[in-house]
Amino acid sequence: MAVITYLEAIRQALFDEMGRDERVFVIGEDVGAYGGAFKVTEGLIDRFGEARVIDTPISEQAIVGSAIGASYMGMRPVCEIQFIDFIACCFDMLTNFAATSRYRNGAGASIVVRGPSGGGVGGGPFHSLNPEACFLNTPGLKMVAPSTAYDAKGLLKAAIRDDDPVLYFEHKFLYRRIKDEVPDDDYVVPLGKADVKRAGTDVSIVTFGAMVHTALDAAARLAQDGVEAEVLDLRTLAPLDRETILASVAKTSRALLLYEARRTGGIGGELAAIIAEEAFEYLDAPILRIASADTPVPYAPPLEAAFLPSVEKVVAGAKSLVGY
Amino acid sequence: MSAEPPSATLSSNQLLEMYYFARLARDVEERLVILFRQSKVIGGLYRSLGQEGESVGTAYALARHDAVLPLIRNMGALMTVGVRPLEIFRQYMAKGTSNSRGRDLNIHIVHLPDRGADEPVIVGPISMLGDSIPVAAGIAMGARMRASAPPMVAMAWIGDGATSTGAFHEGLNFAAVQRLPLVVVAEDNKYAYSTPIAKQMAVASIDERAAAYGIPHVMVDGNDMLAVYDAAKTMVDAARDGQGAQLLGVDTMRMQGHAQHDDARYVPKDVLESWTVKDPIARFRKTLLDRGAATAADLDGVDRMTREYAAAEADLAVDEPMPDPAAVTRGVYAGDDYAIPKVELVRSPFSGDR
Repeated sequence: MAVITYLEAIRQALFDEMGRDERVFVIGEDVGAYGGAFKVTEGLIDRFGEARVIDTPISEQAIVGSAIGASYMGMRPVCEIQFIDFIACCFDMLTNFAATSRYRNGAGASIVVRGPSGGGVGGGPFHSLNPEACFLNTPGLKMVAPSTAYDAKGLLKAAIRDDDPVLYFEHKFLYRRIKDEVPDDDYVVPLGKADVKRAGTDVSIVTFGAMVHTALDAAARLAQDGVEAEVLDLRTLAPLDRETILASVAKTSRALLLYEARRTGGIGGELAAIIAEEAFEYLDAPILRIASADTPVPYAPPLEAAFLPSVEKVVAGAKSLVGY
Repeated sequence: MSAEPPSATLSSNQLLEMYYFARLARDVEERLVILFRQSKVIGGLYRSLGQEGESVGTAYALARHDAVLPLIRNMGALMTVGVRPLEIFRQYMAKGTSNSRGRDLNIHIVHLPDRGADEPVIVGPISMLGDSIPVAAGIAMGARMRASAPPMVAMAWIGDGATSTGAFHEGLNFAAVQRLPLVVVAEDNKYAYSTPIAKQMAVASIDERAAAYGIPHVMVDGNDMLAVYDAAKTMVDAARDGQGAQLLGVDTMRMQGHAQHDDARYVPKDVLESWTVKDPIARFRKTLLDRGAATAADLDGVDRMTREYAAAEADLAVDEPMPDPAAVTRGVYAGDDYAIPKVELVRSPFSGDR
């Protein structure tokens, strides 16, 4: 057991999985000698060589397409998308090829596509995306988004061992800001299981990724005012852990859906529908979404701060539900 | 003095087998036309009339364990690698017994053999043309990483229109950089749907696309089956030998519309007429007779055989059940496997020398 950063946990998972399974390899832009734009893959090439740590041209379609082909041959590719915003460049390959492959012909594409997601670091319109809503409507894909170092390692190991295509959204704001205790031994965090990060009785804050920390900060502040918030970390975004979500709402009777992507058409809409359809009679207040503004992601720090959800917005939102 | 072309060593039996595959491709499609007119084919029907020769000539250059990524007009390649015609009829009629269990169209089939089996890897296209090229590169890369012995070559066919996609460029460039054993067959069949090749590319010849990737390329008369075979065999051997990706341009003609609904009135009549006399099967028949590789009676026998085989296979498929609607949600994720990545493979009656 050691205290390591979120970024180091991702790197450890790659080292572990490549060490235990020769079918696992890493492919992406600048992942080799340079070690990746954020140094997630640093050192891999020294241990595993350039045959298993493959630097590619700037070609997201080729990265994901060749990973699909290699997976047909029994390999377990892990694709790095240098910034997750560039996943738009291989949207076709993911949604049309990888996601449909098992349903169409029984040929599962056992690939992982991972990359730095999210804002809060002044990345501007093209280096700040939270892309989950773009893929939520595509059956055949799985999606995960860890909030802690422990989950980052365990979810990536589970994703690599999974037989389906898994999109792994790591939050770049958390890379070096979050540290926690991570076992050295082999473990996985199973896909499809949410985690109650803080138990509470008055309102359920359903969230994931960097917003888990926003929610926990908000919950601490709410507690000072006598409001006990439950913070539910989804961890896996597809398939959703409906059971845990509904159990939490049944307990607190109030649902605040917190996500960092843009509000409209976001995952919060789907969560709200699930709760409205299956837990309507438990609700004592309207379902509330707190998300980013419906604009491109702005660059200047004051603009981005206004764009993103914040602790203040979550505290105010939770209070409005409790006082409803 | 140039060395003998690879086709010089083909036995009479092998030449007859190539003829058989080209005839079988055409006869399977003729049966599909009948089924289409009877409304038994679901959706569109895409003919390869006039292109059967290049499809067979290229695929015949492969070893049995190689990978093929055909497009809709590569029925000849599918017959050559041994896909049972029944599988094609099942697919086109969306039968529950088909490779895709009625989930996907026409030749969108996948066969992933058990490791070490002497069978082809077959990965059918998706409708986003060009996507096959990065996937083909990955198949070649994956096979190389798994150190398959003997080394595997992947062959992917692509039409002139699809060479304009970004995926084609990304995939072939990556294959070139990685020196992957990939042979791309770029088919200039003059039209992509209704768009003539002059509106598709400004290079004079489709194989010049390859110059951008620094890989070997050559253009061949796509309606001369032996010329196609010779060029393809040379490239397949080079790819297997570690010389990297290759591009074979074939000059041919799509003799019908994009699909059966399209009367192709945008194609000038004199152009079609000029290609009618270059029909690849008729030319190959003459070549075989001239070489003394077969008699007219032998070839008539093959014609009868493929016609009857295609008809019998169509008859077998036609009464098979449609998929069970209750299974519509099955097989999206692992653990609930439903469609199976296997197709039935058969050998031709002339397979003795291969």
